Amino acid sequence: MTDISTTPSSSIGSAGSALMKKRNRHQTVLQGLGLAAISFAALMLFILISSLVSTGYKAFYQTHIQLEVFIDPEQISADNLQRGNFDDVLLDSLKAYFPDVEGRADLRKLESILSNGAQFTLRDRVQADPSLIGETVTVNVPTSDDYDQLAKGMVDRDSPADQRKLSDRQIGWFDTLEKAGAVTQPINWALLTNADSRFPELAGLKGALVGSFWALLVCFLISFPLGIGSAIYLEEFAPKNKWSDIIEVNINNLAAVPSIVFGLLALAVFLGWFGMPRSAPLVGGMTLALMTMPTIIIATRAALKAVPPSIREAALGVGASKHQVVFGHVLPLAMPGVLTGTIIGLAQALGETAPLLLIGMNAFITSAPDTPLDSATALPTQIFIWADSPERGFVSRTSAAILVLLTFLVTMNAVAIYLRSKFERKW
Amino acid sequence: MTTAAFLCLLILSIIGYVWNRQAATAIRNGGARLHSLTGFHGFYSGLMILVPVLVVILLWLVLEGPVIDLILKSSISERLDGLGTGEVQLIVAEIKSIAGGSIFGTPEQWKLDAADRYLALNARSGQLLLVVVLLLSLALLVFSRRKVAAEFRARHGVERIVSGLMIFCSVVAVFVTIGIVASLMFETIRFFEKVPVSEFLFGTNWEPQIPMREDQVAAEGAFGWLPVMLGTLVITVIAMTLAVPVGLMSAIYLNEFAPKQFRAVAKPFLEILAGVPTVVYGFFAILVVAPALRSFGQSIGLDVAPNTALAAGSVMGIMLIPFISSFADDALSAVPQSLRDGALGLGATRAEMMTNVLFPAAIPGIVGGVLLAVSRAIGETMIVVMAAGLMAKMTVNPLDSVTTVTVQIVTLLIGDTSFDNPKTLAAFALGMMLFIVTLVINIFALRIVRKYREVYD
Repeated sequence: MTDISTTPSSSIGSAGSALMKKRNRHQTVLQGLGLAAISFAALMLFILISSLVSTGYKAFYQTHIQLEVFIDPEQISADNLQRGNFDDVLLDSLKAYFPDVEGRADLRKLESILSNGAQFTLRDRVQADPSLIGETVTVNVPTSDDYDQLAKGMVDRDSPADQRKLSDRQIGWFDTLEKAGAVTQPINWALLTNADSRFPELAGLKGALVGSFWALLVCFLISFPLGIGSAIYLEEFAPKNKWSDIIEVNINNLAAVPSIVFGLLALAVFLGWFGMPRSAPLVGGMTLALMTMPTIIIATRAALKAVPPSIREAALGVGASKHQVVFGHVLPLAMPGVLTGTIIGLAQALGETAPLLLIGMNAFITSAPDTPLDSATALPTQIFIWADSPERGFVSRTSAAILVLLTFLVTMNAVAIYLRSKFERKW
Repeated sequence: MTTAAFLCLLILSIIGYVWNRQAATAIRNGGARLHSLTGFHGFYSGLMILVPVLVVILLWLVLEGPVIDLILKSSISERLDGLGTGEVQLIVAEIKSIAGGSIFGTPEQWKLDAADRYLALNARSGQLLLVVVLLLSLALLVFSRRKVAAEFRARHGVERIVSGLMIFCSVVAVFVTIGIVASLMFETIRFFEKVPVSEFLFGTNWEPQIPMREDQVAAEGAFGWLPVMLGTLVITVIAMTLAVPVGLMSAIYLNEFAPKQFRAVAKPFLEILAGVPTVVYGFFAILVVAPALRSFGQSIGLDVAPNTALAAGSVMGIMLIPFISSFADDALSAVPQSLRDGALGLGATRAEMMTNVLFPAAIPGIVGGVLLAVSRAIGETMIVVMAAGLMAKMTVNPLDSVTTVTVQIVTLLIGDTSFDNPKTLAAFALGMMLFIVTLVINIFALRIVRKYREVYD
């Protein structure tokens, strides 16, 4: 079709060809603008992902220090492990590298190389095997956040000493340990197996993952049957009258209500009137279900509409009742579309944050919930908490948590696309 | 106990299904002609048990807490006489936490007794629920078993129950809307009892502090929503100035000029942008965009606030690009082919056809999409909570920090919330305004989109 406009006709003359040039330039400009717009969007996506990856990958490994620890029976006794002086035992083994460090203040500084959680790592190990008392064991404990940042090159060694958290001497200590081969950087499984913590090096996503799981499960159990039931009724059974019109308009509007309004609803009704527990994934799931339901209804109706009438007529023709037609033939054929819509709806629910904030799922909770009624956070609210935390180690952890969240979202959407392409039938 | 009740219900309804089905099969094998298939006899029994008893359990669970609280309060009523609601709530909460096993200090003996009574009441309620569930299910089991007969219209019964369930499902959406309106209205009215309507609607000062003590000075609090709304508008305008041109241009390019393969790659790309959770955009705004804008501003001598409206607004604009572009793309695709052919046939270039024919024809659909995007921008929460400011200012300077309706709702309601001070209630009043504004825009936009579709279909 472009030929029509780009072939100049000889009869138009020179004035015409100048006009033609102008018109073509106009077209080039419009195309250029369009390309620029798309490139801008792509560039933004690229910057978004690459900034997350470049800050986040550092949280996937964690600086550890390997220590030969003599578990002194005088400090630690098998009958009273909880009171055992694991602190001092660790410090003793650290002192072996630095015989010249003395004095309480300096020793405390030396000890702060190790994470606050190091003593508990050791305690758990001794608790599991009390025969270790009196032996020398090799332990691998995380360093505290400041040293972790140093090891990952996030601290500028040349900057003036008063602008750093670590003094030259402390950096020297770390370098000594590094030279002695005591510093390792294994993969940071704690990011997935620990719950939240005030200390970045100990903080993990387990609580948030379990909380999100419960919330999504509740959300699915409520919104899936409700959504399908209502979609089938509206599409197949509802008489065309004022009432079904009202319901339909209602559902369309509900899909566009800001998510925070659902949070207000949950706060006033579920927490205020029904007295349900704060911060519970059950309440979170119920709130998300109300938001997911319109998505599922709209997707299910589209899937039901796509089933050709010949299927219905054939089933009716051999004597099936209206219900038998719908539940025996139409719904099974529409199922791939229904499932795709459901998974996409659940993926949206997984990323939803605002309503969960209002029902208190942004609390600081250091253990994973056991039931949907326990206090918990969810993945997006955990991201919000970490993004608000001042410690530097939380910046990379926030990015890492976002990468984990995006991985889940991509997986869910990929499953939805796979289901659609595998089972969808073109009639 | 609740789990046991659910389990009990499930097992009994399965027994009902199997029992009725077998009975119906026996009748058929006896040579009689059944009205309904044996499966329907089974389903009839199963549903007859499942549905009513499930309703009973759910109602029980909803009402259990308030009723136990009432009994508990009346049992210690002589201790609660003359106390305000807040103090009563505190005492009840303390008794519950004692009952939960966490005792702080040494509570009085009557509180310990009340805690024991609370535990006993809970246990009693659980047992009672189990008994009720068992008896009711057994009664329904026997009732539906006795109905089995050759001429019994089990299929009609099942279909009636299923239809009823489906109608219930569709009405839930209406209930949700009613619930939203009712809860917002209820708290908003309570807010307007404390703060006059005119001050809220026309006040130009938003400082939602409340006095901690009665005699405290200079902490009256001001609840005029205009600066908050103005901040919302500033951010929305910034977002739309970015999103509308970029979204429209990409839609025009994708719809008319892009080669097929390019379109096949670019569309999913835009959908990824649409699927990113807003909390991620919020973090992107504070991690990358705000510092970048600030250092750029410094380099050309502009004073940019750390949480400038520009950062939140532009990131929100990025979020809305795919939204607008997909709406515009749909609207352009809906223009009939005959209009394109006609324009090209008269010798228009493709650009001229786009700007002079397709685009004007698609304008209603595009406007509808843009309006929906505006309502999204007004209601968007996480980006502004993370990247916009907290202080309400009457300013339209995009470099300054502004606050929005959603930011205020979140900051007023995060943390400790009790429902009797104007601070918390103010959040609901803002929520009400937000709901009304977005609802009006949505209804308007959906109407435009729908009306436009009808013209060409």
